[in-house]
Amino acid sequence: MKLNTWLKRNTYHHSAFNDLEDLVAQKQKQNLKISLCIPTLNEESTIGKEIILFRSELMNRFSLLDEIAVIDSGSTDNTIAVAKSFGADVYMADEILPNLETKKGKGENLWKAIYQLDGDIIVYIDADIKNIHPRFAYGLIAPLVYRKEIKYVKAFYDRPLAFSQGVRPSGGGRVTEILIRPLFSLFFPELTGLIQPLSGEYAVRREVLEQIPFPIGYGVETSHLIDVYQQWGLEAFAQTDLDQRVHRNQDTRSLGKMAFGILQTFFSRLQALNIIKDNLELSHILRQFQAHDEEFESIDLKILEEERPAMLTIDEYRKKRNLSQKSDENTKETKKK
Amino acid sequence: MDQRMTELIESLPQLKKKLKGMRDTLLTNLVMLGEIPAPTFREHNRMSFLVNRFTQYQMLNCSTDEVGNGLGIIPGETGERNILIVAHLDTVFDETVDHTIAIEPSRVKGPAVGDNALGVATLATIPAVLEELNIKLNSNLVLMGSSRSLGHGNIEGLRFFLDNTDMPIHEGVCIEGVKLGRLSHTSIGMARCEITYRLPEEYDWTRFGAVGSIVTINELINRILEIPIPRRPKTSIVLGSISGGRSFNTIATDAVLRFEIRSESNEMVHTLRQRIEDIAAEVSSHNGSEVEIQILAQRNPGGISFSHPLASNARAIMKSLDINPRITPSTSELSAFIDHGIPALTLGLTDGENLNKLEENIDIEPIYSGLSQLLGLLIAIDKGYCDET
Repeated sequence: MKLNTWLKRNTYHHSAFNDLEDLVAQKQKQNLKISLCIPTLNEESTIGKEIILFRSELMNRFSLLDEIAVIDSGSTDNTIAVAKSFGADVYMADEILPNLETKKGKGENLWKAIYQLDGDIIVYIDADIKNIHPRFAYGLIAPLVYRKEIKYVKAFYDRPLAFSQGVRPSGGGRVTEILIRPLFSLFFPELTGLIQPLSGEYAVRREVLEQIPFPIGYGVETSHLIDVYQQWGLEAFAQTDLDQRVHRNQDTRSLGKMAFGILQTFFSRLQALNIIKDNLELSHILRQFQAHDEEFESIDLKILEEERPAMLTIDEYRKKRNLSQKSDENTKETKKK
Repeated sequence: MDQRMTELIESLPQLKKKLKGMRDTLLTNLVMLGEIPAPTFREHNRMSFLVNRFTQYQMLNCSTDEVGNGLGIIPGETGERNILIVAHLDTVFDETVDHTIAIEPSRVKGPAVGDNALGVATLATIPAVLEELNIKLNSNLVLMGSSRSLGHGNIEGLRFFLDNTDMPIHEGVCIEGVKLGRLSHTSIGMARCEITYRLPEEYDWTRFGAVGSIVTINELINRILEIPIPRRPKTSIVLGSISGGRSFNTIATDAVLRFEIRSESNEMVHTLRQRIEDIAAEVSSHNGSEVEIQILAQRNPGGISFSHPLASNARAIMKSLDINPRITPSTSELSAFIDHGIPALTLGLTDGENLNKLEENIDIEPIYSGLSQLLGLLIAIDKGYCDET
């Protein structure tokens, strides 16, 4: 599929889906179950509002969501208490699939949601969005409900406060524009059509989620795009403009860590796909610098992008969903000794 | 007290308990409405959202009018009486302000969340509340988000509606987010004025007495403060805001003073206004500046008496919910009802802080008492307990 054709056919604005009555009717006709997962780590200031809006608008007023779950990585603030007080199902990531080795990271929460939640579609929404609105969920769910061939819907945010001319640059944040888009342009040109490949909001069919591995850290969004693209092609993707997203801004150093993690994931994919033939030994140490008076010193940070295997390879998951048992070596390796 | 009123009051604690179940709906409406900017004269988007909500509840006559009010009607069983509940849509914050609202377990924070997003959110939630609590009124309930209320708006929205509607309004209730306990059933006379001093382009800075406009405004303020204010009728002059000048080292050519004259007597308002206008003209003559005097809004004193059943039943309802009534005259929407001879009052819904500042916030828990008093009063009006015999 030509990129521009895909952009035209599979890029939406959330306002195309604000007839929620129709959306719910379509969902019910297909007998779909839809789960919302909010991964959290110390999000007490924004979590309450997210839960209250989604519950009230998309569960009570319109029955679009069947469950809202918070999956927490071990918050030390009041995130869990606040989430419970506003009526969400709250799970500790460590307590899901407790037989597996414990890992920490947002990707871990997203992966465990596949086991814990029941939806045929799971929509993931970050917990740090200050201007949360029901569109963040229904804008992503709707293309999956209306078009069976779509499997993965990604959010993007494109609403300039002011622009005087007809043509304007459109794109993502700093890491997207100086790392991801150049990499995609080099190796997976069609994926450049995704305007914000790193956005943390997406809705995905279970049949896809359970078949792809999950890096547990920064690389989860990038790996998803490459893996889904390899298996189902560009036509499996859609993207929805959700207007503006107000959230915390990260400093440049934090973005450096993110870029380092993403690069690890990216190179591992390039090797797995035989795009890079040599067996590269990649370092897991990121070196950043700080100055002490006149002297510079290096700070070494270990950032190791571990991955969870496809959920379908986990025995507990197969059992829970009544699939035939098909344990593989991957699963055994990750089990606690 | 009427036995029927006593029974109603006894049912309110139960009502309050049930209202707690409406928290999510109310807070969601609060966020979704409150995050839509609605400066005076530009309330359209907030109004549209409200009317959409009314439409979703299949209310009747969900509509807007030429001044931007948004309204809908919940038809009563008999429809013999029309009760209008009104909340002003506009706020003091313009579109450039970040309107993001934050919800904490015990409070909600954000610009204009109390004044008056909570009032408008309450309007949007009333249909759900009546349905959930299975309250069926005999009267038609008209819910209206009114436009152009604040400042220069001069409650034009409600005035327009009352001047032009064919539907007779029998009672009115104005709702304000803050503060719980507020009870207004009278209006005081008021004149809202703006005085601008402006030096002409060709101003001769060498002339005797040549000073910038800030000095002139200062002189005006000093002279206003010298005006003797009577104790009876109760009267006050509120100096609300001043502005002027452009930088540290440029003599100001423009300066503006905004103030209100308030009095129980219309005549006193008129006298003071005339006096201040004379002073303003005199002060301008000292340095040759141009003076412009604008009367932006006026109110007439009036309202229902302390012993009117609407007022006395409102106090009884509030006391039964442990709300301490603070009775203050109003210069807001209530005045429009009073001018049309419609018995009406204004109620506050919860406690809050930093009103009209960016860090405005309101408490969640008192809202249930605020809503209970509103529903209690609504039922009392509907049953005719608040009719004057």
